[in-house]
Amino acid sequence: MRAVLIVARRELGAYVATPVAVVFIVIFLAIQGLLTFNLGGFFARNQADLVAFFDFIPWVFLLLIPAITMRLWAEERRLGTIEMLLTLPLTQAQAVLGKFLAAWAFCIAALALTFPFVITVNYLGAPDNGAILAGYLGAVLLAGAFLAIGGAISALTRNQVIAFVGAVAVCFLFAATSYPVVSAFLSSALPWLAVLARRISLVARFQGFVRGVIDPRDLLFFASFIGFWLYLNTLFVKARQTD
Amino acid sequence: MTALVEIEGLTKRFGGFTAVDHISFSVGRGEVLGFLGPNGAGKSTTMRMLAGFMEPSEGRARILGHDVRSDPIAARRELGFLPEGAPTYPEMSVGGFLSFAAAVRGYGGRERAARVAAAMELTGLEGVRLQPVETLSKGFKRRVGLAQALLHDPPVLVLDEPTDGLDPNQKHEVRTLITRMAPHKAIIVSTHILEEVDAVCTRAIVIAAGRIVADATPAQLARLHPSGKLDDVFRALTHATAATAQPARAA
Repeated sequence: MRAVLIVARRELGAYVATPVAVVFIVIFLAIQGLLTFNLGGFFARNQADLVAFFDFIPWVFLLLIPAITMRLWAEERRLGTIEMLLTLPLTQAQAVLGKFLAAWAFCIAALALTFPFVITVNYLGAPDNGAILAGYLGAVLLAGAFLAIGGAISALTRNQVIAFVGAVAVCFLFAATSYPVVSAFLSSALPWLAVLARRISLVARFQGFVRGVIDPRDLLFFASFIGFWLYLNTLFVKARQTD
Repeated sequence: MTALVEIEGLTKRFGGFTAVDHISFSVGRGEVLGFLGPNGAGKSTTMRMLAGFMEPSEGRARILGHDVRSDPIAARRELGFLPEGAPTYPEMSVGGFLSFAAAVRGYGGRERAARVAAAMELTGLEGVRLQPVETLSKGFKRRVGLAQALLHDPPVLVLDEPTDGLDPNQKHEVRTLITRMAPHKAIIVSTHILEEVDAVCTRAIVIAAGRIVADATPAQLARLHPSGKLDDVFRALTHATAATAQPARAA
């Protein structure tokens, strides 16, 4: 665990040392504010909740999280630093976990900076703060799931553009299946796939959290989903270490 | 003399191509082994397998008795490795990067600071401690990589082209450093600068097309050619092998 935290700390330091952190957080907050207040009709709804805010989270994450994960391994490979890192006395799994935790902590920090939304709804009315907290928990888990996917895809290539596009595509696969258009099409065309798609849909589970329901099965799902992709990430790093 | 590094039948295949073909040798304390060969002969591949970065297709490598495949962490603790091109994180400061490497190696607090300071002193990096690595010249970058390999004062050093891209003064400094450390360590240095072999190595292995074609002291090696020049020996050894190995590789 000590080695994991050392890797995580170095990785977080790299976000802060480059403009990545500032650009990401500013754009995330700007897009999230724009979508919630304008497109989401926050005021027109006339309800003190953050449903409009959370509705857009999966789509904003879908575009921005691969931007964080694309460099995780692709850059190590391109710079050759992977050879230095993985010949230090630490295992591939420790490096994978350290990088993932750093990216996750960074996303959690970005989410925490959306606190003015919470203040706003509390000022305007009396929202169900329990549901809002559950929604944030769901958002943190969704971010973790997308990060785990993105990290694994990044381990497959030395090209950051490929890592980005690949991660968006795979995340989209797990996000889109909860939307009526997609699920209706699947039920009519490929019924057996529709059942599976509903089960693995990240967004459908996230929406449960937004409604204020923390289901242990959903927690277990996210934990095993993240674990599965981190395991794949480790395998990819091992298999393609020297490319 | 006890062998700190033992390599037995080490082989690496990439698809149908054999990059390293059943290489065996061992290196003891006090030895500086020059690892010579033309580009693409398998020098870096052998070193990467020894450092545990590449999985061998066959054979085994041990560092102080720790097998690099079955006990990689223990093996790497005893090893200082400078990868080819001395890669380091460009946005980190020299001190920050060395501190990171020292932390991974398990040093904390005052001990870590002392280790980093000692490694920077050995490699002459004190003046650029706070500079980001990306702003440094090629020679300084190489020294940062070298400092990383020396941090924990390892009994085994594997340096892949440590003097590549350095100016003559810097080359001289690195060679002096290697010679000074030599009595207490087993050191493997890859190079294609032959004067370096004369200057620092107690023994030289020439590899060509993935095989060892000579294993001798620099003086013995020089006697293999009537001219007595390492240059001519190197050319004769590696050309002959490349010519005979070509059909074998195609088959």
